[in-house]
Amino acid sequence: MAEFTPTQLQSKGVTQLQDQAILALQDVSISYSGKAAVSKVSFPIAKHKITSVIGPSGCGKSTLLRALNRMNDFIPNVTTEGKIIYNRQDLYAAEVDPVEVRRNIGMVFQKPNPFPKTIYKNVAWGPGINGRKDSMHELVEKSLKQAALWEEVKDRLDESALSLSGGQQQRLCIARALAMAPDILLMDEPCSALDPISTAHIEDLLYRLKSSYTIVIVTHNMQQASRISDYTAFMEMGDLIEFGKTRQIFTKPHKQRTEEYVTGRFG
Amino acid sequence: MAPRGIHARSTAETSLRKRHARARLFALFCAAVTWAGAALLMLLLYQISVNGFKWFDVQFLTSFPSRFPYKAGIKSALVGTLWLISLVAIISIPIGVATALYLEEFGKKGRLGRMVEINIANLAGVPSIVYGIIGLAVFVRGLGLERSLISGALTMSLLILPVIIIASREAIKVVPMTIRHAAFALGATRWQTAWSHVLPASFPGILTGVILALSRAIGETAPLIMIGALTYVAFLPEGPMDAFTALPIQIFNWVSRPQEEFHELAAGAIIVLLIVLLTMNATAIFIRHRAEKKRG
Amino acid sequence: MAIRSSIRKGGVRWGEFSIEVGLACCTLISVITTAAIIFVLVKETLGFFSHVTPAEFLFGTRWVPLLKPSSFGVLPLLWGTLIVTVGAAIIAIPIGLASAVYLSEYASAKVRSTVKPVLELLAGIPTVVYGYFALTFVTPVLKTVIPQIQVFNALSGAIVVGLMILPMIASLSDNALRAVPDTLRQGAYAVGATSYEVTTQVVVPTALSGIMASFLLAISRAIGETMAVTLAAGATPNLSMSMLESIQTMTAYIVQVSLGDTPAGGVAYQTLFAVAALLFLITLLLNIISQWILRRYREVYD
Repeated sequence: MAEFTPTQLQSKGVTQLQDQAILALQDVSISYSGKAAVSKVSFPIAKHKITSVIGPSGCGKSTLLRALNRMNDFIPNVTTEGKIIYNRQDLYAAEVDPVEVRRNIGMVFQKPNPFPKTIYKNVAWGPGINGRKDSMHELVEKSLKQAALWEEVKDRLDESALSLSGGQQQRLCIARALAMAPDILLMDEPCSALDPISTAHIEDLLYRLKSSYTIVIVTHNMQQASRISDYTAFMEMGDLIEFGKTRQIFTKPHKQRTEEYVTGRFG
Repeated sequence: MAPRGIHARSTAETSLRKRHARARLFALFCAAVTWAGAALLMLLLYQISVNGFKWFDVQFLTSFPSRFPYKAGIKSALVGTLWLISLVAIISIPIGVATALYLEEFGKKGRLGRMVEINIANLAGVPSIVYGIIGLAVFVRGLGLERSLISGALTMSLLILPVIIIASREAIKVVPMTIRHAAFALGATRWQTAWSHVLPASFPGILTGVILALSRAIGETAPLIMIGALTYVAFLPEGPMDAFTALPIQIFNWVSRPQEEFHELAAGAIIVLLIVLLTMNATAIFIRHRAEKKRG
Repeated sequence: MAIRSSIRKGGVRWGEFSIEVGLACCTLISVITTAAIIFVLVKETLGFFSHVTPAEFLFGTRWVPLLKPSSFGVLPLLWGTLIVTVGAAIIAIPIGLASAVYLSEYASAKVRSTVKPVLELLAGIPTVVYGYFALTFVTPVLKTVIPQIQVFNALSGAIVVGLMILPMIASLSDNALRAVPDTLRQGAYAVGATSYEVTTQVVVPTALSGIMASFLLAISRAIGETMAVTLAAGATPNLSMSMLESIQTMTAYIVQVSLGDTPAGGVAYQTLFAVAALLFLITLLLNIISQWILRRYREVYD
């Protein structure tokens, strides 16, 4: 059970979480060379649920998401303050190894980014470098099945991943992340580069995955957020405006800005 | 599935430590190798300057070559190089830029265009000594131009033409299509568009490429040896048909001699050559930098 | 300017047309250059082959073109070129690639932005300068380590040619590595890889075709290199396995002949063209292969 102080959450107008939390953000602030991108954001991530982060472009939602598995480490001059608690451990504590963080918290990116290797190797590479040796084939099959891609690729596992369509590539990237059996799966607008049919495919997939995975998804597509997620965080200009159950955010938001945004009056 | 802690996989833990160690070692290795390579090349420059500055004075710049090291200088070589490079510039720049303009702005992008493009790319990779042989057969002997400045300049022009063409095309390519469309929409012809809009916009890029190409011509030795640029010239050329020597030839000549003093003279001439090249390269980098800034 | 009341039909703008023709003529010059290279090399080589059979030229093991009894087997020259080039590649490829990896994957933007122009500068140092370096520094240093080394030797030539192509390999390979999209690196880091694994197993394999192309270009450059090997490696065509002895490369032979006053038309004069034709073919082949590799690699990304 993650630790977070109820007062902090309430001060942001956040309703108490009814589910078990797996991750908690506490006053997370992120800045690029001194320029604030995210300021003092706090909310919990519920286990085996889908949490979506919505907001207009440039509101800091992707930056926030990338902070959750220390992908921001690769951008020069980024400073992260506050705490991100995962299993009683602050992900930004000095003794934490970012590689270890990313083994437990996987990520799927905005544009499909399969390695220019075979389909099989794309899935097997992560577990392979992390010391897995036996029953790799079963793991690849299982991951591709979970990502609803197995039937389409089972006869061409040795072909280059670049021969797949965009939607297939993105599902391959999901399979690649799933093969690490992550506790949490972060998704950064995973459908923004895809056509509607592929998008539907992936939404369907996410819905099925949440029985065994915790998913955090950043999206600018409000229909998507309302369709698939259990919790929603709404951000604007680096601030968390409102966090709550998705149904509540979309039907009776507490904040006026939230209402204006979800009803499409701006953004 | 029970949640695993960050430190929960204890078996993987030790191997992860090893992987981190390997990553650090690898980064260190790459950095060390880079700096070692840089150090070697710096050593080259250091060694040249230590030896070369012994003879470096006004007398060195203003004397003709001589059998006696203390009397020898690079006057004829320096003047020859200046002559050569001026002629090369006059010949190769118009032809090179015109070719680039034709290929980018006029030529049809069909099979023929692609053939010409591949042809130019391959010409850029032909060893300089092969150009020297062609210069010997065509200009020196075939056209009867003898071992003159103009033979050298024509040979050198052929050698750097592909470089100028490729660099100019790159510069012309980055001029936005919208500028051309705007000019065409005002009723400009292709040439009017190319002359008043495309060329000025691509000028810094073309100039950079031209300077780099000319600096290559200044340092090239083999083609000049092939066409027989004399190594002992005690007079200054007065026209394109005169015999000549050039800095790299003089350097080659001095390095080939066994006496140490001549090696030091060679180092002195190398310093002059490198200063010329450095100035040209710095100018090119400066122009590119300024153009990039302007573009934003 | 008068307003045109009608649109001209079908007329030719003579000014525009003549400019276009002029530009086309300039373009033709590069085509003519290629034609001239091929024509001259083929003509003189054919003349050479009327005295010496192609088989003797290509497979003969003795190269004594200027003295009687003469012998025209090009293998010793080819061998000289080969050992210098291989030696140079052994030095330059690992160092060049490691430097490229350092510049692209590890160095700060500041280091990179200073080292990169310096590399370009070094790549522009005339080869005669490397020849000087070989003769006055590398060989004397080698002599203190290996006393039996000859004044002119293949090793010294290989070392300076390696140094000469090093900046080129580093710079071109760095470009290839930088062309690998950052999203691939992130994808690899996101499954818990270290920088070593990301670099060696994702970035370098992805850029491999660009890297290979840079190697081939550099090797082609080393093969065609003239002044450094002429000064460093000497003028003794032989099939020696030892890098400590004097050898002769194809290019060094061409220089040697042209320094003497060989009359046009004789067999000795023609050997220049036969050797140059061989040199031309080898470098052309390498360049074509490297261009082919580069084209393939561009297709992967688009």
